[in-house]
Amino acid sequence: MDGERLASGSSELAVGESPRGGAPIPDGSGSCSLLQADVLDLDEDEDDLEVFSKDASLMDMNSFSPMMPTSPLSMINQIKFEDESDLKDLFITVDAPESHVTTIETFITYRIITKTSRGEFDSSEFEVRRRYQDFLWLKGKLEEAHPTLIIPPLPEKFIVKGMVERFNDDFIETRRKALHKFLNRIADHPTLTFNEDFKVFLTAQAPELSSYKKQGPSLLSRMGQTVRAVASSMRGVKNRPDEFMEMNNFIETFSQKINLIDKISQRIYKEERDYLDEMKEFGPIHILWSASEEDLADTLKGIASCIDQCCKATEKRMTGLSEALLPVVHEYVLYSEMLMGVMKRRDQIQTELDSKVEALTYRKADADLLTEEIGKLEDKVECANNALKADWERWKQNMQNDLKSAFTDTAEENIRYYEQCLATWESFLTSQTDLPLEEDSEDKI
Amino acid sequence: MEQAAPDPDRQLQPAPVESLGGPGAVLEAAVGEETEGTREDSAGVHTMTGNDLWLKKIEISVSEAEKRTGRNAVNMQETYTAYLIETRSVERADGQSVLTDSLWRRYSEFELLRNYLLVYYPHVVVPPLPEKRAEFVWHKLSADNMDPDFVERRRIGLENFLLRVASHPVLCRDKIFYLFLTQEGNWKETVNETGFQLKADSRLKALNATFRVKNPDKRFTELKHYSDELQSVISHLLRVRARVADRLYGVYKVHGNYGRVFSEWSAIEKEMGDGLQSAGHHMDVYASSIDDILEDEEHYADQLKEYLFYAEALRAVCRKHELMQYDLETAAQDLASKKQQCEELATGTVRTFSLKGVTTKLFGQESAEQREARVKVLEEQINAGEQQLKSKNLEGREFVKNAWADIERFKEQKNRDLKEALISYAVMQISMCKKGIQVWTNAKECFSKM
Repeated sequence: MDGERLASGSSELAVGESPRGGAPIPDGSGSCSLLQADVLDLDEDEDDLEVFSKDASLMDMNSFSPMMPTSPLSMINQIKFEDESDLKDLFITVDAPESHVTTIETFITYRIITKTSRGEFDSSEFEVRRRYQDFLWLKGKLEEAHPTLIIPPLPEKFIVKGMVERFNDDFIETRRKALHKFLNRIADHPTLTFNEDFKVFLTAQAPELSSYKKQGPSLLSRMGQTVRAVASSMRGVKNRPDEFMEMNNFIETFSQKINLIDKISQRIYKEERDYLDEMKEFGPIHILWSASEEDLADTLKGIASCIDQCCKATEKRMTGLSEALLPVVHEYVLYSEMLMGVMKRRDQIQTELDSKVEALTYRKADADLLTEEIGKLEDKVECANNALKADWERWKQNMQNDLKSAFTDTAEENIRYYEQCLATWESFLTSQTDLPLEEDSEDKI
Repeated sequence: MEQAAPDPDRQLQPAPVESLGGPGAVLEAAVGEETEGTREDSAGVHTMTGNDLWLKKIEISVSEAEKRTGRNAVNMQETYTAYLIETRSVERADGQSVLTDSLWRRYSEFELLRNYLLVYYPHVVVPPLPEKRAEFVWHKLSADNMDPDFVERRRIGLENFLLRVASHPVLCRDKIFYLFLTQEGNWKETVNETGFQLKADSRLKALNATFRVKNPDKRFTELKHYSDELQSVISHLLRVRARVADRLYGVYKVHGNYGRVFSEWSAIEKEMGDGLQSAGHHMDVYASSIDDILEDEEHYADQLKEYLFYAEALRAVCRKHELMQYDLETAAQDLASKKQQCEELATGTVRTFSLKGVTTKLFGQESAEQREARVKVLEEQINAGEQQLKSKNLEGREFVKNAWADIERFKEQKNRDLKEALISYAVMQISMCKKGIQVWTNAKECFSKM
């Protein structure tokens, strides 16, 4: 789900491998028939089983939909789950940050391009600009509508430590990537993807959005909800079912560990950067030295060149780390906070039920009314629990895959780094000694 | 520790250089009067070949270090380290080595030996001692002289020093050096009795000469520049290398934290648990691998340090040349002015300012006898001066010839040693990369099995 890349100019749906053993989908125009066959029964009530293809011969496959294929620009690789639609029909990109200055404030907006074939969207392509506040709004609405679903996390509002200016380039780029991920995770979520607020977010122009936002429950009533939520969570949950106890324990431990991993990974990045800085100074000294040596000049220059190559390899390694590992780990740090919130909300719903049940035991007077309310609440609790259970399994699966990928990629980056350095030094050694290398090393000149 | 005792390729040339050493300096030993030179085999064993019937090999090693306490010169308790020097003679016939001498020396005695050699062999690039205090330290390395790692590296450095002296065609024959290896008690007194401290050139004189010398041999001037550059660049290199080592240490050690956290995390994971646990183990391996890597690098740094200190030895030879040259120039100047004075007296013309001229003006001309007497004195002085100048010239040329021969020998040694050291650095990097590939390949496997 997170391996989305814009592969420009490809004329057919190129689907990457699924590392978790999802139906491996071969490339090639003949793939469409296979795809259709592999798609499991889904109770999709929308005709979104479209395959984007310029190949007209495939049009008969798309007989469900009156939609025309969209531009080739919107072909995106992705990794799908077995139990979800293998055909993605909502493609979102977040890019082109821009700074806006008004008399009151300065803020950044991001361009959001959505391409879709879904019927409920008025058009197949949308372009809007959203600012961070808008994302916050969307998240709040999703949490409201689905209190026990695991909503993807948003990047932090601001990072206090080590930030001189709120809008430095690295910060904006990191945030942009995280926002891109946020929207795509929602798009991939079987339930959230059909959320109305989500649709409005993606499609409404700025003024429309403002007026739409105002329609929601008032600030006051929302605050009231929050107060009740806090109050109930403080009362504690007495009857949390076992599976949710287990879930809670998992979340607590996971949260601890992922936070540590986040810190460790950031620290590694920093140490590598410091190492790189020193190495950059180390190499040139050998060149300086070679100027006063005749016989050693070649050797010294050779070493300087090797060090230089290793510096380049280190830079690559760092880039790899910052792309493959750091953002993923960090997202799961935020996820773990999010999960704790979900647990709280679930507990709160249960507490509502529990307190009504308690009330029933003591106040027989409103028995009928209470019983009715309890009935409703029991339904609510059951819904909430089921939603969470299903989403939990999905989330766990996702988490394992994402982190496994991230660490595997990191290991790969490190292997590549050492292989590059090895090749450099071995080539230098051969040039110096003119002797054959040991048998177990490859000749990588 | 293969890299522990760097075995520089000390190919020795037959000693062409005459010993200009001081009293009793030549080591006659048990080898016979005529020594054709020395040979060395790969174990650092030095054979003194000769016309004699039997050959004697000498093996020198600084095998142990020991902490001791004693009273120092001002009768205060102090702690110091003593080093055990063992000399073995190997009879060629049966190849067995017999311990011939074994004694303990402390660092200050090594210093004494070296200072003695500096005075009596000014034309030789005298091998340097390992550093007195730990320099170019990075955070893991201790600056404490009592730290066992420092003591160990110093032990190796001292052994290296002795081996270099023993393999030097001139220095190896010095008696004081021989006694250093064989006579524990009383050695200090023996050295001091040579009176070498008195013979040492004063620093002030040397400095003065450096500034005022007019025509030093150009090669020495160049050599001085070279040694300044060498010192500067190696210092810089060592400083930055220490910082690099520090940073590298950081990168590796932080990875160790993954080990612990993965292990704790694996407890709550069902499918991922095993993979995480074993990956964590590999992270631990990775983190601990840096210790050996950096220890090897420290030996590399020591090899460079030796040449950093050699730069000073080079400068010492240049200084001696400048001193001798300045001495020569002064003597020549003196002679020239005396000759002129003589001429003026003889011809009666006063071309140069002289005290005599002034007094003549003030007190009247001197008599003919007085003048003649003075001319005679001057002529004697001139004669003596010319002799002196001649011998000084000869001395100077001899010095330059011998010094330059040793410098050439040194240059070749330096090029060999440094090239070897630089290549060993590459070898170390290769080894580090291979270890890294292995660990991360293992880790990747664990991750992909998660």
